[in-house]
Formats: sequence, structure tokens, C-alpha cells
Amino acid sequence: MNRPREVQLFSKRREQVIRYIGARLLISVGLVLVLAFCLLPVLWQVITALKPAPDLATIPPFFPTHPTLDHFHTVFVQRPFARILLNSTAVAMLTTVACLLVGTPAAFAFAKLRVPGQQGLLIGILAVSMFPPIAIVGSLFLLIRLLHLRDTWWALILADTTFTLPLTIWVLTGFFRDVPDDLLRAARVDGCTALQALWHVFLPIVTPGLATAALLTFVFTWNEFLFALTFTATDAARTVPVEIALFPGVHEMPWGEIAAAATVVSIPLLILVVIAQRRIVAGLTAGAVKG
Amino acid sequence: MRQRQSNDHPVLFVLPALSLMLLVAVYPLVTTFWLSLRDEFPIFHISRFVGLSHYVTLWNDPRFWQSLANTAYFTTVSVFAEVTLGLGVALLLHQTFPARGLIRGLVLMPWFIPTVVAARLWEWIYHPHFGVLNALLLYSGLITTELNWLGHPTLTLHAAIVADVWKTMPFAVLLILAGLQTVPDDLYRATRVDGATAVQTFWHITLPWIIPAVSITVVFRTLDALRVFDVVYVLTGGGPANTTETLSIYTYRLSFQTLEFGYGAALAVVTFMIILVVSLFLQFLLRLVSAER
Repeated sequence: MNRPREVQLFSKRREQVIRYIGARLLISVGLVLVLAFCLLPVLWQVITALKPAPDLATIPPFFPTHPTLDHFHTVFVQRPFARILLNSTAVAMLTTVACLLVGTPAAFAFAKLRVPGQQGLLIGILAVSMFPPIAIVGSLFLLIRLLHLRDTWWALILADTTFTLPLTIWVLTGFFRDVPDDLLRAARVDGCTALQALWHVFLPIVTPGLATAALLTFVFTWNEFLFALTFTATDAARTVPVEIALFPGVHEMPWGEIAAAATVVSIPLLILVVIAQRRIVAGLTAGAVKG
Repeated sequence: MRQRQSNDHPVLFVLPALSLMLLVAVYPLVTTFWLSLRDEFPIFHISRFVGLSHYVTLWNDPRFWQSLANTAYFTTVSVFAEVTLGLGVALLLHQTFPARGLIRGLVLMPWFIPTVVAARLWEWIYHPHFGVLNALLLYSGLITTELNWLGHPTLTLHAAIVADVWKTMPFAVLLILAGLQTVPDDLYRATRVDGATAVQTFWHITLPWIIPAVSITVVFRTLDALRVFDVVYVLTGGGPANTTETLSIYTYRLSFQTLEFGYGAALAVVTFMIILVVSLFLQFLLRLVSAER
């Protein structure tokens, strides 16, 4: 170019500034689009839950002119939703506890002790997490009927614990591997057995891993549908997803009530996810990244 | 360095987990194989060995082939959309911007709400008369009459795919974002010094580096999509006219609605085999990809 050097420098600088502003603008527009795609459907559900019944049949208005909690009231008073929530909470909590009790020693052994046939066992465990639940739900139903566990929490806890175990073991093995082996050796010198070392030395260190595994198990169990649909029959053990899927309507589907129920079960999860985002990401990806 | 002492009994540590899996996962799977060779109608007290006849019936069952085709189409389109969108969103969330943690958490939201809730939520959006989608499209003049999103033979499967993409794209974002975080900053700095454009950096540095993360995402999502049940079952029930019936939905209907346990088990076995073969094939590809690096 035959422009003076200063002008060239100036225009280069200006180009950089424009490029920077352009990039920022692009990022902002992208974020707005992504957030809209991810959140607007959820927001619409909340808006629906707050609309009085006559408003549901007309759009516009998009927003409720007279917001009401009627649908929430109906869900809890005219339907056994409190009992359903109790079922879901109890099943998810007991499954989480069972999963940690069974999964922690296994993960510890895989990471720090020598388990005979370890490689094969780990592949087998991973295979269980990949297989289609539909392939076993029929036979499992027969087993559960045989054990007289139909329509009880225990049927769901048994099935959910088994199928969330692979993930728990996977996540926890990663966390145990990160703890130096020297600690186990030191504990041994002090006369600890492996179990004592796990309890007194390792558990306090892997608490973040336990929290991540517990969170994931809880959420997966809370959301599980196929087993809950198949093994429950009444309000005695029916969980939230099944209730929402089977919501009965006399004439037309009770959309306001469905939206209210959906809002009730989604809001706690929203709060949980926003608070624990970092932990979830760290826990889930630990295994994937390290291989 | 692993160590072993004679009094450790490492087997005892893994025994509870393994027995649970044997009882609740492996034993029922074996039972399914056995059931698939029998006629079982508990209510009529029918229980007899029929050999491979269910498999022959299945081969000649057009509904099986349709459910297989539906599942294959659903899997291909949804996994492709999830992974490409997920890659884009992950690249975006990898940039620096204010409130990054909060925004990442919000993007994960759809993956954490129950699938059934997601299906209901989309069912309401797709509602032909009261749905917000038709309202918006009519309002903006893009359509002139209401579209029956969940009652149209070709629209419905695509409507289900959109709902599934919405629900599981965040999972793809999560895995790919983790891959992006392993790219060394030095590489980026070096390319900047060399004067590479953003597009060049993406093609020559970022993409090759995150190929393993993307491949793992494809594997996970494919295996998940092949066994899809909840989202489609609640959204469409397999309709209209079985055009959205997947392998899992057909299996479920056979076993629990028409109570043909034997025939249902045969379809369950076939579904299991298909997923097994696809999973072995994908793992083979995955090994090729990682061997190349």
C-alpha cells in the first residue's frame, strides 16, 4: 500500500477495535439465542401454570392478565400430589443412600486395591449402564411380582439403585484415583485395615466426589420413568413423572394443572443446577476426560 | 501403584455391587432370552416352548420394520442435530463473558428436568388450537392455518426430534465443553502469534483436539437415542398410526398392553442385539479415531 505508515497503523488499530466489538456482539447475540432456546419453553410452562383456566384457550394475551395459584391449589388439594411428591422424594433419597453405600466400597477397591478380573468387571459394569432398560423391564416385572414388591417404593429403589450404580462407581473411581496411594500406605503403617483406611482417611477427602455422585443419582432417580410406570399401580408408590404422564382429564387435558405440577418439580432442580453447576460438570466429565 | 495385602479381601468391597447387578440386570436379561423362546400369557395360563418362532414372526412383522426405521431415523437426525448444535453452544460458552457460571448452569437446565415434564411441555407448545407455536406462526404470518404438529404422519416424528434435541443438547454441550477445557492455552497463543484467523484456529487446532470428546458424545447419544422411550411415548404415544413408534415403545406395548410377554421378549432381545452391535461398531470407530492421534 502507498498510504503513509501512520495511517496504516491507525487503520489496523481501528480494524482491531471493530473486530473486537464485532466478536463481543456475536457472543452476546449467540448467548441470548441459546438462553432463549433453553429457557423459554420452561418459562412458558410457568406462565401457563399461573394463567386462569379461561385464558389458556386464547393467545394473545401471552402473559396472564390475572395471575392465579388456582392450578397449584387443585393439584395439591384435589389430587394426591403431596403423596406423589413424598413417593418421589423417598425413592430418590433412599436410592441415593443405597447407591453410595454399595458403590463407594466398589469404587475404592477398583481405584486402590487389586480386584481380580478388574478390567473385565469394569467393562461389565459400564455395559450395564448402556443396555436398554426395555430389554429387562418385562422380566424384572416378573421378578418383582415374585418378590411381592409390586407397587412399593422398594421395587423402584432396587431397580434404580442397580441402574445408577455404574455412573456412581464411574464418578467415584475417578475421585479415588486422584488421592495419592501414599495415604493408603501410611494408614497401613498405622495398622488400619483397608476398610478403616477407606472410612477414616479416604472418605473425608473424596467428600466432593460423594456429593457429585449423590446429586446425579438423586436427579436420575427423580426423573426415571419406565420402571416407575411399570412397577407401580396406585398412589402408594407412583412417582412424579408417572403422575404427570398419566394426568387424567375428564374432557380436555388439564393443561393448567399439568403445568403447575411440572413447575413444582422443575423449580427445585433449577435451583440445584445453578448452585451446583461447577460440581456437576466436574464430576460428570472427570471420567470422560481421563478416559 | 496398587498394593495388595492378604487381609484386604478386595472382592468383599465389590461383592454387594456385583450381586445387585447380577440379580437386577443380568438375571432378568437371561430371563428375557428364555421368555423369547416361549409363549407366555399369564392370564390364560398359557406357558409353552415355541423355539425361534417369535423371531420368524418378527421378521415378517411390518410393524417391527417400521419401528426399526423410525428408531434409526430418530437416532440419526437427533444425534446429528444435538452434536452439531452442542459443539456450537460449547464453543460459545467457552468464551469469556460475565456471569459465565450462572449462564452455563441455565443452559444445562433442560437436561435436568424430568423427560416426562419436557415431553408435556412440548406437547402443550405443539397443541393445535391453544399451543404457543401455532399462535406465533399465525401471528407472524408464516402459516395461515393451524398445523397439527402431533397428528401429522411426517411432522410428528420431527416434532419429537425437536423435543429430544431440546432436552439432551445440554448433555452434548457438557461433554464437548470438558474437551475444550483440555486444549492447552499455549496452542492458542502460538497460533495468534502466527496470525491465524479464528476460523483457521478452529479447523487446525481446536477441532482436532476435541475430536475424542465429540466422538464420545456421539457414542453416548447414539446408544441413548436407540433406546428412546419416555419423550416419544409421552409426547405422541407412538402415533399417529404408529409413525413415531420406536423399538422400545413397540416392545413396551407388546409386553404390557397386549400382554404378549414372549413376543415382547423376542423384540426386546432384538433391540438389545441391535444396540450391542451398534455399540461395538462405535467403539471400534472410537479406537480408530484415538489411534490416529
